Amino acid sequence: MTNQITDTEAGTSLWKDSWLRMRKNRIAVASIIVFSITCFFCFIVAWFCKDPNQVNLANKFSGPSSEHWIGTDALGRDLFSRILYGGQVSILVGLIATTVSVTIGIIYGALAGFFGGKIDSIMMRVVDTLFSIPFLMIVIVLQAVLSEWSRETSVWIVSNLNWDKGFTDRITNVLPLFFALGLLGWLTLARIVRAQVMSLKEREFVEAATSLGLTKLTVLFRHIIPNTLGPTVVYATLSVPGFIMYEATLSYLGLGVESPNSSWGILIKEGANYLETNSQLLIFPGIIFSITLFALNFLGDGLRDALDVRASKD
Amino acid sequence: MSLLEVNNLKTYFHTRNGIVRAVDGVSFSVDKGKTIGIVGESGSGKSVSCYSLLGLLPMPPAKIEDGEAIFDRSTDLLSCGEKVLRTIRGKKIGMIFQDPMTSLNPYMRIADQIIEPLCLHMKMDKEKALKEAIHALDEVGIPEPDNRINMYPHEFSGGMRQRVMIAMALITNPEILIADEPTTALDVTIQKQILDLIQTRQKELGTAVIFITHDLAVISEICEEVNIMYAGRIVEKTDTKSLFRTPKHAYTRSLLKSIPANQVKGEKLYTIPGLPPDTSQIIRGCAFRERNQIGDQNECLTNSRPEFKEIEPGHWVQNCPGCLS
Repeated sequence: MTNQITDTEAGTSLWKDSWLRMRKNRIAVASIIVFSITCFFCFIVAWFCKDPNQVNLANKFSGPSSEHWIGTDALGRDLFSRILYGGQVSILVGLIATTVSVTIGIIYGALAGFFGGKIDSIMMRVVDTLFSIPFLMIVIVLQAVLSEWSRETSVWIVSNLNWDKGFTDRITNVLPLFFALGLLGWLTLARIVRAQVMSLKEREFVEAATSLGLTKLTVLFRHIIPNTLGPTVVYATLSVPGFIMYEATLSYLGLGVESPNSSWGILIKEGANYLETNSQLLIFPGIIFSITLFALNFLGDGLRDALDVRASKD
Repeated sequence: MSLLEVNNLKTYFHTRNGIVRAVDGVSFSVDKGKTIGIVGESGSGKSVSCYSLLGLLPMPPAKIEDGEAIFDRSTDLLSCGEKVLRTIRGKKIGMIFQDPMTSLNPYMRIADQIIEPLCLHMKMDKEKALKEAIHALDEVGIPEPDNRINMYPHEFSGGMRQRVMIAMALITNPEILIADEPTTALDVTIQKQILDLIQTRQKELGTAVIFITHDLAVISEICEEVNIMYAGRIVEKTDTKSLFRTPKHAYTRSLLKSIPANQVKGEKLYTIPGLPPDTSQIIRGCAFRERNQIGDQNECLTNSRPEFKEIEPGHWVQNCPGCLS
């Protein structure tokens, strides 16, 4: 970095400052690289791999070979491509559920915090109520309700839009999961954003913006919400591995993704059956799963340090 | 008729501990191009009365109970509603705040903030507004405005941020500028610069200024007329000269007496004893009675509130015998 101030130097935003701080954090940078590689394999390399659902009973439990890089499972399906396809589902569940929950959480929390009073009380009691119902129970009920609907959607898409059946099934199969997780994941974030907005709206720059003649909603969306994004980004990054975990848990319990579709949760579940005889079926998905979760968690920590200067050092 | 006429403004806060009568019947008027000062201790209601005018107070708990504020002979700011008020805020009445460190949005470039009123009120396109904004920054003495405009607030010093706030408040050429203690958070040399800047811009643009402060030195520097506020009411109102020469009310005299520069070296500094009265209690009689050392405490009204009366031409004061003696 140079200390020289040139005439054309544009200001650095707080985001850019954070990015510069983050770049110095080796673990965080390594995590970004690891996660990018995982995504690259799951979403790009996967298309060039074998069909993950291709059964070949003659070749079950085969060890690593040039044909099947890390062997095959109990039905002779290629484990490598099953891991990559499973990764697609797991990562997408994490990302989409996070996007859904962050969007709902920010808007809901911001409106509650900004308008305050009775509106706030009613909105937050709704959140409290949802919080008081066990998470897994709601997900299970939603799954049961939505799975029928997802099957119908799949049939409709295949007959009306002529999509590939396998592909459509893979997507519609996990839709209920996206919804269930996204619909419930926003509760904590709504509380975080609400608290942020409540303190931000008393700040002078909000009064200044109002005194310029901006409407309340413009003030909220242009001036207040961008100021809440720091904690939100951290929370969102940390919730991606959380959702991946939930997906794995639910799939392990048989409530999430259904066989023959794969996800990391499904693979771990299937692998656990052969723990003593063919432990590679558990070990390989397990390793990838753990590495990804580690990377995302470290990334979240790195972001927290980078965005919240007060909490880290000086 | 004046540009802005505030009559009997009453702003109460309805809190859990009762009704706080922050502003309790304040009247003042501002003429075109003139500067009036509102002086008082912390909590005397000077900021609240100006915030009420622009509807910047959170309601609830705040509630405007009574009064009117006729702007430009036509609009009553207190009853015209949010929609009309938005067309006045930032366009006809600009405002600058006490702490320049917090009154700019830390996540937005100066450019984006300063063009907001232009895009909103003048319906300018972004490019033209930017040109205008650079010009405005130049006017308030920001060096290299075309580079600085792309910076973020944290890259500016306090004095520069206050300059930006002034540029922003004046960019639409408003008729009134409300300055809410604009120099309190700045150090003395910068204070002087900012005061000079406000005065120059005022002269160039013909803006009227309502200057809220608790610094009498600042008042003597820039105001033509002064309102002294105490416990939500104006106790004395006169032109600046006679305020400093012939202060009438005991509170005004106490304030002047407690200016360090006016005191004999080596003696203990004079302070007004006690605290301002709790405005959540109904005050009967003279609000200043208990702290009145300069006048005659025993003569202060105890049963009825003193009337606001013109005792000399242009010199209004709360007519309490104890405070005037």
